Amino acid sequence: MNNGIDWRRSLTGFAGLMGPPLGWFLLFFAVPMAVVWAYSFGTNVGISDIEISGTFANYARALEPLYLGILGKSLAFAALATLICLVIGFPVALAISFAPPRLKTWLLIGVMLPFWTNLLIRTYALIALLRDEGLINHGLELAFGWAGFEPLRMMHTNFAVMVGLVYVHLPFTVLPLYAALDRLDRSLLEASLDLGAGHIRTIWNIVLPLASAGIASAILLTFIPVLGSYLAPDLLGGPDSQMIANVIERQFKRANDWPFGAALAFMLMYLTLFGIAMQSLLKRRERPE
Amino acid sequence: MNAFGIEKASFANLGRSKLSRRGLLAGLGAAAVGFSLTGCGSGSGGDSGGEKLNFYTWDTYIGETTLADFQKSSGVKVQTSYFATNDELFAKLKAGNPGYDVIVPSNEFVTRMREAGMLLPLDMSLIPNSKNVAPEFMGLDYDPEPKHSLPYTWLVTGIGYRKSRVNGVPDSWKWLYDSDLYKGRIALLSEAADIIRLGAKYLGKSLNGIDAATTKQVEEMLIRQKPNIKTFHEDNGQDLLLAGDVDLVMEFNGDIAQVAAEDPDIGFVVPREGSLLNADTLAIPKGAPRAELAHKFINFLLDAEAGKHIAETILYPTPNAAAKALMPESYRDSPIIFPRGPGMDASEWGKFEGAEQQRMFEEAVTRVRAA
Repeated sequence: MNNGIDWRRSLTGFAGLMGPPLGWFLLFFAVPMAVVWAYSFGTNVGISDIEISGTFANYARALEPLYLGILGKSLAFAALATLICLVIGFPVALAISFAPPRLKTWLLIGVMLPFWTNLLIRTYALIALLRDEGLINHGLELAFGWAGFEPLRMMHTNFAVMVGLVYVHLPFTVLPLYAALDRLDRSLLEASLDLGAGHIRTIWNIVLPLASAGIASAILLTFIPVLGSYLAPDLLGGPDSQMIANVIERQFKRANDWPFGAALAFMLMYLTLFGIAMQSLLKRRERPE
Repeated sequence: MNAFGIEKASFANLGRSKLSRRGLLAGLGAAAVGFSLTGCGSGSGGDSGGEKLNFYTWDTYIGETTLADFQKSSGVKVQTSYFATNDELFAKLKAGNPGYDVIVPSNEFVTRMREAGMLLPLDMSLIPNSKNVAPEFMGLDYDPEPKHSLPYTWLVTGIGYRKSRVNGVPDSWKWLYDSDLYKGRIALLSEAADIIRLGAKYLGKSLNGIDAATTKQVEEMLIRQKPNIKTFHEDNGQDLLLAGDVDLVMEFNGDIAQVAAEDPDIGFVVPREGSLLNADTLAIPKGAPRAELAHKFINFLLDAEAGKHIAETILYPTPNAAAKALMPESYRDSPIIFPRGPGMDASEWGKFEGAEQQRMFEEAVTRVRAA
């Protein structure tokens, strides 16, 4: 990600510096991706061999209604999770950017802290919270047990998947939003308030438009990993919580059908590239270089 | 007070799932697939050329001191790495052996890896302890002569249940596949081949040689049953059962035996329609750097005393007759570890019947879950 952006922005100045990272990028990212891309045009031969036959059969299968439906559902899941992340993350980012400098550092560390724990462990922690006899139900029972409280069914539902997706990806929303909001010219806000606009109107008419590039980054940075999530649906979800990444994972493992898995994965890749292209178009329109 | 106990229990489960062979690591394995795809040989470890052996196995699937005992008796240090599913093992070795000497594939993967030329034939003259293996576990179809594997444990899939929450013994797959009696309180394995085959078993068919029509029939049954199913679990069914999330769960007997030891309210039954038998085996992958040491290590694991120690730790049924004879009655006569009855009599070993069939099962289950 970073490589791509830096490289594009400052090709001439940093050509020398870019050599080693570019080599690394080519060797460990571009080449493996190219191999997987080639697999997506391959055919299984025997149990462990793949022949790159140039077939489009894998893509044809990926475009069957079954898989398109799952993809559509995953897109909807990802869109909803991103929206919730934005709604929660924007006030958080705004509050951090207006916090006193010392507190700001601590708040930022607080946002990033979860990254220091393995994703799987965090998901297991959510299970401990959400399960029928977990901490939430347990707390509610202590409070409302006298009123005949029935445990809430949260685990193994789409609700739990959504909680997991939002919880895990919230930092991806908050950090770019914070970066954009922190750079905001405060005098514009003061001007708006001095000229009689309320706080809400100032946020709506001044902050949001100025932060739109940051919001676009936040959407992209949240939406793409959510779309590729498979741990949350696997561990928190119920029988119908399957997302496209779960299907892809199974092709590479249980189904042992790498060509089809590669085709499905690249369907996502094409979508992602399309999203990034849209975002950079948007950016260019915001700030012509 | 009592409520506090529950709170502790839910945390205990969180930690406990590390103790199960296919529990926590299943998720980690899923997270690590990216690495196995690029074929990075993280398992090969230090390659100092000394007396070392790379053992690739399931987590918590060996006696507490077994590896230290082996080092004491032979001077060879065993470096262990873990996989969480057979698919992970297969995916990792598919791109070439990164340096493993001994692996622990399940029986159907022995067939699959043999067909793909990924295993070395075993030299039985170097494994005299192979005589300890009970005769009914030798010469099975999954690994005909010349043998490429020796059984380490065996398992049978059945229904783990909470005794106080079910009516009698739920000794039919009906309660998982075809009934709303336990609505919202049942969990099935997520493994496509398992749920399709056991569904076929419920329909009175063999779990081998399943055709497209039978697959379709099971698929439709599962779609009907889906509203009653709480989840398709990633082989952590024993945790769901112990935590009270579900009351009936499709799971392996060894996993249920572990939680039944903690909670006497948990029972296990092999449904009367019959079920699926599996074995986990010891094998040497092609390209193993120290094949002779690998034979020596396999021989050590099949020793009666070593086998006893392993069985004491992991509580899985052992095919090692000499080790079983040394075990206490509570193990030998456990109805969970060594189930008996009509269900066992009707059970079959699963055969690997080709990648095409695997894909058909997988797509059927994808349809069920998307329905």
